[in-house]
Amino acid sequence: MEKRVNFKGIWLPLLLVLPQLVVTAVFFFYPAGQAIYQSLFIPDPFGLSMQWVGLGNFEYLLGNAYYRASFVTTAIFSILVTLVSMGVALYLAVLADRLIKGSGVYRTLLIWPYAVAPAVAGVLWLFMFNTRVGVVTWYLGQLGYDWNHVLNGEEAMGLVVVASAWGRISYNFLFFLAGLQAIPRSVIEAAAIDGAKFWTRFRTIVWPLLSPVTFFLLVVNIVYAFFETFGVIHTITSGGPQQTTTILVYKVFKDGFVGQDLGSSAAQSVILLVIVGILTIVQFKFIERRVHY
Amino acid sequence: MAGMVERRGVGRWMTHLGLIVGLLFIFFPIWLAFVASTVTQPEIVKPPMPLLPGDQFFENYRRALISGVNAPVGWMMLNSLVMAMGIAVGKIVISLLSAFAIVYFKFPGRRLFFWLIFMTLMLPVEVRIVPTYEVAANFGMLNSYSGLIFPLIASATATFLFRQFFMTVPDELTEAARVDGAGPMRFFWDILLPMSRTNVAALFVILFIYGWNQYLWPLLITTDPSMNTIVMGIKQMFPSGDDTADWPVIMATSILAMIPPVIVVISMQKLFIRGLVDSEK
Repeated sequence: MEKRVNFKGIWLPLLLVLPQLVVTAVFFFYPAGQAIYQSLFIPDPFGLSMQWVGLGNFEYLLGNAYYRASFVTTAIFSILVTLVSMGVALYLAVLADRLIKGSGVYRTLLIWPYAVAPAVAGVLWLFMFNTRVGVVTWYLGQLGYDWNHVLNGEEAMGLVVVASAWGRISYNFLFFLAGLQAIPRSVIEAAAIDGAKFWTRFRTIVWPLLSPVTFFLLVVNIVYAFFETFGVIHTITSGGPQQTTTILVYKVFKDGFVGQDLGSSAAQSVILLVIVGILTIVQFKFIERRVHY
Repeated sequence: MAGMVERRGVGRWMTHLGLIVGLLFIFFPIWLAFVASTVTQPEIVKPPMPLLPGDQFFENYRRALISGVNAPVGWMMLNSLVMAMGIAVGKIVISLLSAFAIVYFKFPGRRLFFWLIFMTLMLPVEVRIVPTYEVAANFGMLNSYSGLIFPLIASATATFLFRQFFMTVPDELTEAARVDGAGPMRFFWDILLPMSRTNVAALFVILFIYGWNQYLWPLLITTDPSMNTIVMGIKQMFPSGDDTADWPVIMATSILAMIPPVIVVISMQKLFIRGLVDSEK
């Protein structure tokens, strides 16, 4: 799409795009290029020289049991976060949509968690489930359940999933509610006149009509779980116990900054780059169909 | 007229009940943090802690704001404010300018430039942390506001959003401006910018929260506690080893960390929802 009317000039537009261009080149393309370049080398222990290893870093990573385990962890984590946050959000949106009055009040309250940073959400949930002072831990203990996410990998995973999903409920709720409200009342009422009960109406009319929103949210939430949950993991488990909650983004950070294994960290960055690339393309292909320019 | 599918009587109450149960689940962590920020340390470390607020509100918040654990939380909030404002304003300004150039001029490299911006969507900072950190370190940007702000300032989303909006601005306005002898910058300043007001405001809400809630980047860039932002500073308040954390101060800080973004979201709810929907297009 192009404008019919344009302004003349070459230097002015170049000057206008310059700030964006400089920032993008310096902080996006150069580092990304560096990541690709470094992924082909292994620095010596003193950081004085680099040894060319070709795809050696990648071969090493893909053959490394910890890295493969991190892939599986990331997949499980993302799927659970997406399902939990979308499930709760859909439940709340369906209920709010049933109200004639008052859904605005609920909406205002439900927006809150969006404003809470993932790292802060992590601290809040950590506090509730803290092994020594946590209130929920204490009540679980009274019920005879010994909660300890510091030692138990499954409990650790459960905790980071719930803390990550919690902050995401607002976002999903808003999109689901908008999607539900866009469904024409007349269609639903016609079904009701034909005697369709709530659950039948939901299954045969609402859910299919909601599917574009659902698919969009599915992609966006997976991206969120992959890349924006670092704060939750770092505050609650630091990837432990025994790497059971080390998702890919956390591993890049740990190997690069804590382990100082630059070649491996760079290779991991490149693999993540490919994953973001694929997700972005999926997102755009879909969105191009959804939005009419 | 009320539709016939909305529930009345018992059904309506069940709907409210379902929503309230959901709200309790969502607010419980926040409520508990608030309670913890108003009681004494002994009340917390001897579980179960109380579920209703105590009388230490002023004492705990005063302690957090003025002394904190590693650095006064008041300072950290100021750092967060500078970072969030810098990122929001910076992203909006450079995106407005480049979108204006892309839409209203035909210049060599326009298409290439457009794709270069598009590709930044695929490069979140989490993916390129080590090399980006090296760049910032080489520029001497560690422990500085510019280091917190500039590496996060390029925004494909904002550029696309403004491009989208500029496309809908009628060409007649541009023609009229040209007939009146107005140059491109005059047109941008007097006509385009005032028309973009709502878009700018909606985007600002989203970007402010994005900036305020950053975690990984400030964690790498700031080693000096006085440059910490509040969101990343909370984790630094936990002692290493077996010492007991200063829970009342930590929880007061958590509450303080969420207040500014919550105020922004709630008070500009309509703009926020609009920004959210727009920026996903």
